[in-house]
Amino acid sequence: MAELKTFAISVNGKARSVTAPPTMPLLWVLRDELGLSGVKFGCGAGLCGACTIHVDGAPTRSCQLTVGDLGKSKVTTLEGLNDGLAEKLRKAWLEIDVMQCGYCQAGQIMSAHALLRENAKPSEAEVDAAMEGNICRCATYPKIRAAIRSASGQKATTDGGAA
Amino acid sequence: MNAPVHPKVLGRRAFLKVSALAGGGMAFAVRVPGALAADKAAAAAALSVWVSIAADNKIVITSKNPEIGQGIKTSLPMMVAEELDCDWSQVSVAQSDYNPKLYGRQFAGGSQSTPQNWLLMRQSGAAARAMLLAAAASKSALPAGELTTDKGWVLHKASGRKWSYGELAALAATMPAPDLAKVALKDAKTFRIIGKPTVGVDSAKVLRGEPLFGIDTRLPGMLHAVYETGPAHGGKLVKANLAAAKAAPGVVAVLQIAGTAVADGLVDGVAIVATNHWYAEQARDLLAAEWDTSASKGHSWSAYAAEAARLHETGTAADLRRDGDALAAIKAGTRQITQRYSYQFLSHAPLEPQNCTALFQDGKLELWAPTQNPGAGADAIERNLGIPQASQTIHITRNGGGFGRRLMGDFMLQAAAIAKALPGKPIKLLWNRTEDLQRDYFRPGGWHNLRAGIDGQGRLVGLADHFVTVGQGGKPGRSAGMRDSQFPAGLVPNLLYVQNVIPSIIPTGPMRAPESNAMAFVMNGFLDEVAEMAGRDLPSLVLELCAGDRVVGDRGDPMRASGAFTTTRARGVVERVLADCNWADRPKSGNRRLGFGFYFCHLGYFAEVADVSVVDGVAKVHKVWVAADVGRQIVNPFGAESQVRGSVIDGIAEALHHQITFTDGAIDQKNFDSYALPRISATPEISISWVLSDYPPSGLGEPALPPVLPAVTNAISAATGKRIRDLPAKL
Repeated sequence: MAELKTFAISVNGKARSVTAPPTMPLLWVLRDELGLSGVKFGCGAGLCGACTIHVDGAPTRSCQLTVGDLGKSKVTTLEGLNDGLAEKLRKAWLEIDVMQCGYCQAGQIMSAHALLRENAKPSEAEVDAAMEGNICRCATYPKIRAAIRSASGQKATTDGGAA
Repeated sequence: MNAPVHPKVLGRRAFLKVSALAGGGMAFAVRVPGALAADKAAAAAALSVWVSIAADNKIVITSKNPEIGQGIKTSLPMMVAEELDCDWSQVSVAQSDYNPKLYGRQFAGGSQSTPQNWLLMRQSGAAARAMLLAAAASKSALPAGELTTDKGWVLHKASGRKWSYGELAALAATMPAPDLAKVALKDAKTFRIIGKPTVGVDSAKVLRGEPLFGIDTRLPGMLHAVYETGPAHGGKLVKANLAAAKAAPGVVAVLQIAGTAVADGLVDGVAIVATNHWYAEQARDLLAAEWDTSASKGHSWSAYAAEAARLHETGTAADLRRDGDALAAIKAGTRQITQRYSYQFLSHAPLEPQNCTALFQDGKLELWAPTQNPGAGADAIERNLGIPQASQTIHITRNGGGFGRRLMGDFMLQAAAIAKALPGKPIKLLWNRTEDLQRDYFRPGGWHNLRAGIDGQGRLVGLADHFVTVGQGGKPGRSAGMRDSQFPAGLVPNLLYVQNVIPSIIPTGPMRAPESNAMAFVMNGFLDEVAEMAGRDLPSLVLELCAGDRVVGDRGDPMRASGAFTTTRARGVVERVLADCNWADRPKSGNRRLGFGFYFCHLGYFAEVADVSVVDGVAKVHKVWVAADVGRQIVNPFGAESQVRGSVIDGIAEALHHQITFTDGAIDQKNFDSYALPRISATPEISISWVLSDYPPSGLGEPALPPVLPAVTNAISAATGKRIRDLPAKL
């Protein structure tokens, strides 16, 4: 393991200082060093999307990016995602109560936010493509589809089928 | 008899205890003693409701059962609030700690929370409402009969006077407590909270990333632990380089933990404790641990399958159930069929890996546990570590998925063992994904050799099943058995169920709709073949088996979730789903076909039809129709529909994709690449019809899952002409 280094990083708009080996994944920097619970551990292998954060706005698996590779990029976690689009998503999520256990939902919101910022009115196929990397073990997928469509001002049904 | 759980619950005397709250409110608790005699620890107070009404009109309802995504923390308080006739916005819900003496059973499993609490929750709210009315009558000197309630207020409509519940609460606490059994309950037509789609009480907090889950527990000075175990189940630690791991960055302590040779004890392992989970994780390799895995040799999926085949050929099996003379009836039939069916081991794979935070100090243990069953951990800790349950405090956190995995206490025991060795230091134990997949109590695989005969009219006259399962000492392992009431027992005059057990060291346990999740596939698959042989279809065969208005198989034990089976209710859902999917006009040829499945478990009746196409050896499920009878009332449509849709998607993946295999006791799958959970693009359209019947509402965490498996595999069989008899389906 590499020597410890002190990193000055930007998390949710705040300057934070972390002493860690450069090889430590951001997931564990955020969770265990900085105490942010909005980033979840699911697989540690970039397969489930539970740990999705934004790095300079781009959805990123925080278990796959080391603190040493972050550089000057700005990190946003669910706790710091508070713009108009984020609130629109939260509202759409609550209107139909998307979640069951809720564990994956942080990652789902981070991915949905990134999708709608790039593509304000995604088609159903585009929603599926953007959300394919986020596993929901409770399988709330029909409602995730509906909430994203609703947040983007499109007609939605919660039975999982075409609106 | 029609609804096995409820008469027992109602038959016991409930007690209402009311007290004044400091600051001028009231608190009340309803307790029903001795609910379930089988559960000794909780026999003193097996069901209870705790509610407080403060002077400022805030109402707090305590939720005693763990929240695992089934929505119980919202739906049970809805029942209290409905009859209390308060405004839902006044209500907040507090999760209680584990305290069976106060709360009775605290448990999330078996889809039992709704049926066991439906009446009591409402009676409790209604009793408190009656006392608030009495308080208003006393205060105003008005006849109680002229007073009504509305959204947290007592009203005297004639004069326009009104009093808030908060201002009446202190006086209400001094009013005589009504007899719970006699307290008037609302007509369901007037419900304003029950039956309305209601957002989960914690949903908004989850969407802000608040620390609600067990893994989010964070205490001052907390350390992070991993628990390295052997590569195979049954492995014994020979040696490990503890010093090398101890010298690694961030590592604080390394502890060798000896396994305890008892059921549900500790497994041999090494705990690495560090200042960050990642440091502990990285130090594992430095242990260079050597394991004696000789006890695991031969415990391979392929070896079990070969042994099952041998037992089907030659084994002397033990009787499970014998009605009439099945073998003679089959032989005497006009046509016969014999086929073997099998299904795989499965892992629960909740997205939040197993974890638990523990602090041992001055002989007392405090735990923060994402658990479906805190009592299992408390008991294991007492037995294995000698810390009495009276010295344990268990905080129940939100669970990042349950599916039955968190009914077991192993992760709590491990965290406690580490904490006990490091007194005064809060320890968060966290498993990685590979451990969570591999150190599971798996849904056991099983093998069936089925025989059936039909008569000249195509009726099923005899059915025999030779079941081979896994277990120890000749007995099936946990959740590896087959109930003697297994469908279609009781519906076929000549029936024989026999069983063999393959000795196994692979741990097994309950997984969402245990037993049913496998047996629905086996029986509906085989009966689909029987129907085909008879030149008819499976729904018509099921309707014939369920002809007449009969109640079958009630064993009178509320813990046996699949007890009484009412044929009328079965036909109700079958007929409904056939109408919904227009079964009569289904395609009779081609590669896109419909398949049917029916099953009854956890008091719920479900008939499901899947629309599946097969192209280039790949099955795609386009749509699933679900007809469900879970009684007269859907408590929270949001939660109810989510449970059904989630169960359907989960079940499709169990039919088509998931499989745990093992080689000499070592699990072959390591992460979500080799154990691929369903993703959003595979989601079919799911249409739900609630068939309301005049029975008390029952739970929805499980019974929607089993019938979708045969619905999908029967559709594939129709589309390809190749019968699916082994799961996961190979096309």
